[in-house]
Order: sequence, then C-alpha cells, then structure tokens
Amino acid sequence: MLVFLLRRLAQSVFVLIAMMIVVFFGVYMVGNPVDILISPDATPREIEETMARFGFDQPVHIQFLSFVGNALQGDLGRSFVHGESAVSLILSYMPATLELALLGLIFSVLIGVPLGVYAGYKADRWQGRAIMTGSIFGFSLPNFWVGMLFILIFAVELRWLPSTGRGDTVEVLGLRLSIFTADGLSHMILPALTLALYKASLVTRLARAGTQEALMQDYVKFARAKGLSETRILVVHVLKNIMIPIITVLGLELGSMIAFAVVTETVFAWPGMGKLLIDSILTLDRPVIVAYLMLTVIIFIVINLIVDVIYTLLDPRVRVKGEAA
Amino acid sequence: MSVTDQPVATAIAVDPGKRWRIARTVAGVAVLGALALLFSGFGVASFAVRVVLLVGLVVLAAGLLQGRMHKFFSSPSAYVATACLLLLVILAIFATEISPQNPYDLRQLDIMDGRQPPGSTNFSGTMTYHLGTDEQGRDIWSGILYGLRVSLSVSIVATLIAMAIGVVVGIYAAWAGGRIEAVLMRIVDFQLSFPSILVALMLMAAFGRGLDKIVIALVIVQWAYYARTVRGTALSETRKEYIDAARGLGLPDWRIVFGHLLPNCIPPLIVISTVQVANTIVLESSLSFLGVGVPITQPSLGLLIANGYDYMLSGQYWMSMYPGVALLAIVASINMVGDRLRDTLNPRLTR
Amino acid sequence: MSSPVFRGLAVAALAAAIPALPLAAQELRIGFASEPSSADPHFHNVGPNNQMRRNLFESLVGTDEAQQLLPLLATSWEPISDTAWQFNLRQDVTFSDGSPFDAHDVVYTVCRIPGVPDSPSLFTTYTGGIVDMEVPDPHTLIVHSAEPYPLMPTEFSTFGIISARANGVDGAAIEFSPDGCGDLNYPGTQAFNDGSAAIGTGPFLMESFRRGEGITLVRNPDYWGEPAAWERVTMLPLTSAGPRVAALIAGDVDLIENPPLQDLERLRSDDSLRVVQGISNRVIYIHLDHEQVPSPMITGTDGVNPLQDIRVREALSIAVNRDAIVERIMGGVAVSAGELLPPGMFGAHEEGDLPPQAFDAERAQALLAEAGYPNGFGITLGTPNDRYINDAQVSQAVAQMWSRIGVTTEIDASTASTFFSRRNAQEFSAYLAGWGAGTGEMSSPLRALLATRNPDTGMGGTNAGRYANPEMDAILMEALRTVDDAAREQLLRDASRMAMEDFAIIPLHYEVSPWAMVATVDYTPRADQYTLPYDVRPAQ
Repeated sequence: MLVFLLRRLAQSVFVLIAMMIVVFFGVYMVGNPVDILISPDATPREIEETMARFGFDQPVHIQFLSFVGNALQGDLGRSFVHGESAVSLILSYMPATLELALLGLIFSVLIGVPLGVYAGYKADRWQGRAIMTGSIFGFSLPNFWVGMLFILIFAVELRWLPSTGRGDTVEVLGLRLSIFTADGLSHMILPALTLALYKASLVTRLARAGTQEALMQDYVKFARAKGLSETRILVVHVLKNIMIPIITVLGLELGSMIAFAVVTETVFAWPGMGKLLIDSILTLDRPVIVAYLMLTVIIFIVINLIVDVIYTLLDPRVRVKGEAA
Repeated sequence: MSVTDQPVATAIAVDPGKRWRIARTVAGVAVLGALALLFSGFGVASFAVRVVLLVGLVVLAAGLLQGRMHKFFSSPSAYVATACLLLLVILAIFATEISPQNPYDLRQLDIMDGRQPPGSTNFSGTMTYHLGTDEQGRDIWSGILYGLRVSLSVSIVATLIAMAIGVVVGIYAAWAGGRIEAVLMRIVDFQLSFPSILVALMLMAAFGRGLDKIVIALVIVQWAYYARTVRGTALSETRKEYIDAARGLGLPDWRIVFGHLLPNCIPPLIVISTVQVANTIVLESSLSFLGVGVPITQPSLGLLIANGYDYMLSGQYWMSMYPGVALLAIVASINMVGDRLRDTLNPRLTR
Repeated sequence: MSSPVFRGLAVAALAAAIPALPLAAQELRIGFASEPSSADPHFHNVGPNNQMRRNLFESLVGTDEAQQLLPLLATSWEPISDTAWQFNLRQDVTFSDGSPFDAHDVVYTVCRIPGVPDSPSLFTTYTGGIVDMEVPDPHTLIVHSAEPYPLMPTEFSTFGIISARANGVDGAAIEFSPDGCGDLNYPGTQAFNDGSAAIGTGPFLMESFRRGEGITLVRNPDYWGEPAAWERVTMLPLTSAGPRVAALIAGDVDLIENPPLQDLERLRSDDSLRVVQGISNRVIYIHLDHEQVPSPMITGTDGVNPLQDIRVREALSIAVNRDAIVERIMGGVAVSAGELLPPGMFGAHEEGDLPPQAFDAERAQALLAEAGYPNGFGITLGTPNDRYINDAQVSQAVAQMWSRIGVTTEIDASTASTFFSRRNAQEFSAYLAGWGAGTGEMSSPLRALLATRNPDTGMGGTNAGRYANPEMDAILMEALRTVDDAAREQLLRDASRMAMEDFAIIPLHYEVSPWAMVATVDYTPRADQYTLPYDVRPAQ
C-alpha cells in the first residue's frame, strides 16, 4: 500500500513538472497582455515600462527560469489584472466552484440512482428501456444549451428561481458559501442541475448495470426465498452493493465536474474558478491561467489518490491484492 | 466525457475468422474519412460523387450489421435513431443543394432581413425564412444545414485522425512492451488526467479560431482514449493462441500486426468512435459557444446557438432554439445508434 | 430581496407598496456589465476601476454627464502663466478617517501614482507632464508643466485623491519632484481591496469588495456635499447581457447598465421599468492601412495597396449604409457618425456641419472603377468580437456592404486579447475598433488615431493604420498648445474636417449607452458611460 502510494506520488510530481513546462510555454505564446490591459491613452513609453514591470522584456527562457524559481518557493506569480497572488485569487474563487460541483454530484446521485435501479429492475420492460433512452438524451444535451433553457423557463418565464449570480453567502469554517442560505441555495439549483444532468445519465447507467448484476447474485435469491419484499431487496441489498462503484466513479468525476463548471459558470455567471479562468483567458492574465491549471492538476492527483485509498478500504479484495503486491 | 464508453473497450472481442467483415469495416472507415473530407471542402465533390459515397456508406453500414440486423433493430428507438441520423447526414451532405441560401457567403446575406421571425419572407420577396433569420439576415434553416456539415465534418475528421494516432501508439505500445510501453502509457495517463474541455480550451486560446485549428485541438484531446483502448485490446489479443501460432509459423512481425492484431482491434474502435463523434460534436459546440471555436462567418451549430443566446431571453428564441434542437438531434441519434451498436456487437450479451 | 414570484404576480398592485418601505427605498442594487479589478484608485487605469473609484475617492475636478468640467475638491482653477495652473481647493473637507483634506494630499497622490507595484496601466499618462507642484497655502495648489498644458484641469479629473495623513505621512514635508518624492510610505493595493486603506472623501464608504460576488458601499455620513440618497449600495457584476436583464425583470436588481439592445423595446413597454439612453463619447470606426505595401490580406491588386488611393477610401466609406447598421444591428440605439466625436462635445462640429457620409453604392462602384479596380479586390476586415456593442455583427454587416460593391470581404474576428496585439502588430489592412474620448474633447481621438505616429511624444499611439498628414499634425499641435478654449475648439474642428475630407478613417457610429431601471429610480445618461450610484435618484 505504502509503496503503491509513494510510486503514485512520484509519478504525480513528474506529471506536475511536465505540466508546468507545457502550460507555461503554451500560455506565454499567446498575445501580449499589456496590449489589452493598458489604457488606450498610454504613450508607447508607458507601454514599454509596463512590459518591463511584468518582465516581458526578458527572453522567454529567462522568464521561465524565474517562474520555476518562484514556483519552487510556492509562488506562482501575481495576477496582472488584480495585482494579487494568483494562487490566493484562485483559492478565493474555489469554494463557489466546489460547492456547486458537490451539489451537482448530490443531484446526479439523487436523480441517477433511483432511475438506474428501477431501470435495472425492469431491464427488459418498456420502463427500463425508456429510462435508458432518456439517459442517452441526458448526455447528449449540450451543457450550455440546457443552462440557457433552464434560465429561459425557470428564471424568465416562470420566475421561480434566480437566473444568475451567487446570492447571499455565509462564512462557514472560513469559507464563504451559498449552500447554507436559502437565497444562496436558490441561486445554486439551476446551475447545479445543469451540471448534474450529464453525470446523472452516467449514474443511471452504472446503477442499472449494477442492479442487473446484483439481481443475479445468490444473496438476492436468498433474500427472495426468505420472502423479503422486492422494495426492501432493492433498497437495502442491491443499493448497498452498487454504491461502491458509483461512489468511485463519481469521485473520479468530481474533477471533470469542476472542469465542466467552466461552461456552466459562464452561462450562469457563477463566480467560481471556471469563470475566473475564462475571464483570465480573455484578458491574458497568464499567472492566473498557469496557476489554475497547476491547481487543477494537483486536485486531480489528490482526488485519484483519495479514490484509490477509499477503494482499497472499501473493497477487501483490492486490499489483499495491494498487500500481496 | 469518456467514462460512458469505457465498458465498451473490454467488452468486444472478435472471432478472428470473420476477416471479411473486418475488411469491410476498414473500408467503411476509409469511406467515412473521405466523406468527412468532402463535407469540409465546399463543392469539392460533385453531386454524383456525394450520392455514390452516401450509398456506399449505407451499404457498408448494412454490411457491418450483416446477420445482426434483427438484433440491432430489436428496439423501436433504434429505428427512430437510425432514420434520424440518416436524415441528418443526408441533410449535411447535400446542404449546398438543399439550402435556400449560402449562409457563409456574406453577399447573399442582407442585414435588412435581420432577426425576422420564422415564416417571414425576405425583403425582395424571393424566399421564405421558414425558421427565421439571425441578426445578420442569415437564414436559420440554411445555417443549421451548413452548421450541421461543419459540426459533423470537424468531429469526424478529428475522430479519424485521433483514432489513427491512437491505433499506432496503442499497438506499438502493446507490441513493444517494456519501457516504451510504460513511457507511452504514462503519457496517455497524463493526457487523460486532464478534462478534455480544459485542454481544448487552452489549445484554442493558444491557436486562435479556425476549422483546422479546432480539428487539431480535438485530435490532441482524443487520441489518448484510442491509444488506451487499442493497447488493452491488443494486449489481450497478443496473449491468444492464434498469435502464438502465427509466430510459430515464422510470420514476420508486420504481417502479424497488420494481418492479425490490427483487424481485431478495429471493432471496439468502431463503437467507441461513434460515441466519440457525438462527444466531439458537443465539445466543438461548447468551444464555439465559449468563443474560441470556428470563425464567426462560418458558424457551426454551437456558434449559432451562442449567437442567438443574447436574443433568446428577449423572445427571439428561434435563433438559438432551432440550432439547439438540431444539435440535440444529431448528438442523441449518434449516441443511440452507438448504444445499439454496442449491444449488437457485444458478444457477451449475444450468447 | 422581494421574491421574484411575488413580483411577477401583480406588479401593478405592488407598485404603490414598494416606495412605502423606507429601508428598501434606501437600498440600491445595481447590475454592472463589468467588474473593477481592484479597489485601489491608482492600480489600473481602466473604465470599471475608474467608475468604482468615483464613489470613494474624489478628484480635484469633476465631470458632468456631458463631460464638462465641474468643481469637486477644487472649487476653481485658472492658468496663471503659459505653463502653470492654480487650483483653489475646497475648505472643510475631511477624509473618511477624519483627517482633513488639503493640497498636500494632492501632492502625495501624484507622488504615489508612478510607483504602484505590478500595475498593468498607470495613471502617469495624466501626471507625467507635471514638473513641479507648489503649495503656497494648504488650500491652494500651483502645478507647473514644461509645455503649455490646456488639458491639465481635464486630466486632474481622472485620478482620485488619497490622504497623506491617513497613511502616516506628513504632507507638508513632501518634496515634490517628477522623478520621485523620496521614500514615502504608500498603502499597498491589497490594503485598498480589504478596505483598510479605502479612505477617501467620496460620497460612499466601502463596506466589502468581493470579486465575482459584488461590492457593497454605505453612505458616507460626513460627506461635504449633499449626502447620497442611498444608505447602502450593492454593486453586482452581471457580465452576461441576457442574465443581467433577467435579473432586472425578476426584481433582483434596481438598475442595470448596458441592457442588450434587443431587449430595450420590451423593457420600455413595461410600466414598472424605465429606460434612459444617451449618446456616448465612443465612436466605432474602421481604420485603414495607409502605410504597408503590399498591405496584408489584400488580394487581387498585384501587390499595390489600394487603400493609399483616396478614391478607394471614399468608395469604402460611402459603400457603408450606416443608417442600416444603426437600425438593424444596433436596434436604433446608436447614431451614425460623420467624425470621431458626436456633436455637442468639445471640438466636434455642430449637428449637420459635418454629416455622416451618405450611402451610395453606385457611386462607390464608379469610384472603384475610376481608381482602377472595376472588379474590386479582396480584403480582410479584422474585428474584436467581445469588446464593443455588437462589434463582430457590425463588422459582418460592413463586410456584406463592401462585398456588394465588389470588394470581397472576409472577417477575421478574434477575442479582444488577441485582436489588440494583432492590430498593434499591423496585421490587418482594415480593422474595426472604437475610441472613447476620455477627456471629452476632439484632441483625444485625433491625437491617438490620426496624428502621425511618434513614440517619443506619444502622438498616434493607436494609429495602427499609420495615417500621416503633416498639415493636420500642425493644426493639432497648435490646438494642444492653445489654452484659450474658443481658439482651441476652432483648431480642433479644422483638424477633424481635414482628416475626414481625406477619408483618413471611416467613422461608423457613436455608441449610445442605455440604462434600464425600476420606475422608482432615475438616472441621467452620461457620455462617459459611467454608472454612478450617487447620481441615481429616487424618482419623483
């Protein structure tokens, strides 16, 4: 187990370094941030001074070396636009994205698991097929289009829910969160639902496959023989057994959820990391782009590690195998 | 985006006896490629050539399903999806003939006809805008047909190139083994550890807009899926007896790879690539929506939707609603056909 | 916040009830189209920051809706020699920490401006011409420049004053020098953002500054002028247009800037809402490449740059149906332009004196034929697609119109970040862009867009078409040295007419900025497009 973790960590460090090089040169090839940031009234001399202030007058490899040097000390640079440390800027936007992704995950489980279990139970009937066909629509719907439709229907026409923004926030454990206020939660429903739709289809499919498989297992046959009700079999025995793979996959998907939040946050003007990334791309705020990508890599690595660990703990077979290795 | 198609990768193995079917499949892929290239070049292929290609495509698809037709069409949704897909592909291939207007030719647009609701006639009274116009006076119906063509061709071309690269890398890794395999697969893992949309977004931010650029970006984000899948299939194939037998016969490596290994890796790829084309269409449209995709004068479905977004809330729904419906239709029908294909070609369920 | 459902049910019945709530009436929520990057008034010289700054940090000179100067922290100003201006400062003004305002704070501010760390755009553009500052008494300030500087009062309206004493500096001890004022303590940008240094003389105090979520201001109870009508102002960044207007309709905000043009009609027809609009100082123009031979992206001319021929430039200008663009693309919310600044502003011609070029496709074709291009040529029009109102759409419309007269036009649209870099690298032979006259007078667009480029003097800084006309330069330079307003205005008009008659640039239209709000408040449109909460009034 420990060896496995260490090896994974070593690989991760390698990935981080490779990423740093790719991202840095990728981002630094594009445009000149000063062209867009500086006031149009500025004189050419002021433009040159501003370039020098940001270090753009240096050759790119010197810029890279100083970037690496600072990065090794944990400093990923200061935002050109905001004049603040890029990392702390991103961290200040992170709670909004995390709570959105989390609520999205919760929605996708709440929608996907019941549908999937039912579809698995009625696999060969029309209900099962209808759900499966529906799930195809679920991951065919483009995220941004769904978001727009939701705004149109629920915010503009019906006026049930607010269209954009984050609503009231409250400080919990040092993080500003919307999820604990009624107003904030009402702002979260539409974007979280939009984000959840794709994953809900995925969960439906996983749950259906799991249910089908579980129904063929001996313990279900025993349970049936004991005369337990079908509902009880589904809810207690089947559900317990299918949740492990679902949680695993969802854990892995949390990362991609955060990434896809880029689109959802843009549609709903949700002030999260994704929107910050898009804004930073538009203003060529290089330190923020680089820091965002580095942080995402780290998040991915951490999520993968955690999932591995949880999986090992939950599934004795993996643990045995891991210890044997 | 790929998680849904992961089970596919391992699910399919092919009876090495059915060479003919495999050969047809390979030919089918080639024809699809040719088609895609034709989609992208306007008026490159004459009407007749495109008809022949369409017929060829249908025949090849039928050949792929030979003997399993009944199973494929066992669900009513399969009929609907196949018919829908066929219709949309026909619309895209013959967009030039069907469209009342060339929406990419600025000379044919008249801003005086901008933002007309569905059913209105144009300023000079020569045509009817059945689905309305956007703010440039672009006929939405024509825009959808051309947009469909852009979306389809971009994703098919990108998928084919990505598949080709993936196959080469995957087979090479499986065949070479050892350190080369380890390094290649680390690169694949590295690539896959990033969400495709983020990678594509960064690439497009670096490249700028353009059809060629978006194809490159889509290839870069996709090839790793194929590499991983092909390697998996190839690994399990190399352990099979027929490969040992072929080696025992003293056949040269290239013959074993091309004659035995490669054909057996293709069928799972067909299923994956179907789903992947759908995913790519969504990805492309998302990028165009975010403003880093195709050029504005050659809108794909995603860009049409994005352009109409601002007008949607003001009641001029048609600019983004109808392209959205078209996008949903093409993606859903491809996904459904892919789903049926998987069930049909999956031998585990056939027994 | 009132529930959107509730509001949607019976707006008419509720309309009478809303003003009766005193607390609600004292609170103003504004949906902004853009967000300031910092609360530091000197960090970034950019619209959203300058707009935000005016709530907290006042400048010596203010500007009204039409960008005419008005007294703010200075009650009056006058030139005392060719190269010196005297500002008489307001008495009995205190900063929000209680420290009194005097001329030393102005010196301290001008000292801080060149040294703001990591600034992407300094205010030295406006203070760089200052060579000396004298404080004969605490409420009198004399500012010296090397050259005659008629625009000095205007430029003193661009930056806000911070307090020396609040930052632990004895103002009287500051030795001003244009090269730096010695080792003084200055607050960091971060200190403004967290509020600890947000100490100004403005009508509001900053309660919180949260990126992405909004800024809250509260009334400054000790403001020297009439106190603000609002106890509390919430400024929400709603950067996408559709959702912004949805928020207004749903009752989540009381006022929004830049409602999308296509929604204005619907908003106007709603009795519970009010829409106001006013012409802005921003012109949308197409600049042409006057310099490069061959010009990039021009085809079918055998390497000749056709844009150097005045007949071609005229043809391209009259081929554009400006009224159609205003009507169809801008939804009627724009004004066709004949020069670079709308009538009524300083240095612009009176209405009708220099009208927009009339649309005449036939004559345009004739002119092209006369110039030797009977079959036209090919050109690519560069355009940003996220910078100005409907910018890419306007470009496409122009491309349609040019293509009609035989000038086959492609569009090269890119996001502002890449567009401006490419434009500055002269990658386009024709490009669409906009210019807002920050100073509110004609010298601003002429100096930036049409004066012969000279990196040393800063002339022609945005002249990426490299138009060069020494005759016009001479008149413009003369104007920039003329302190007498009437004489300067006439010189600016002459320079503008000369450039327009040379078809140096193709002005398309002036943007009109709309605001939409609930009927219970009112706002006077501003030419500088700022949305200032202090000027939002409860409706009569």
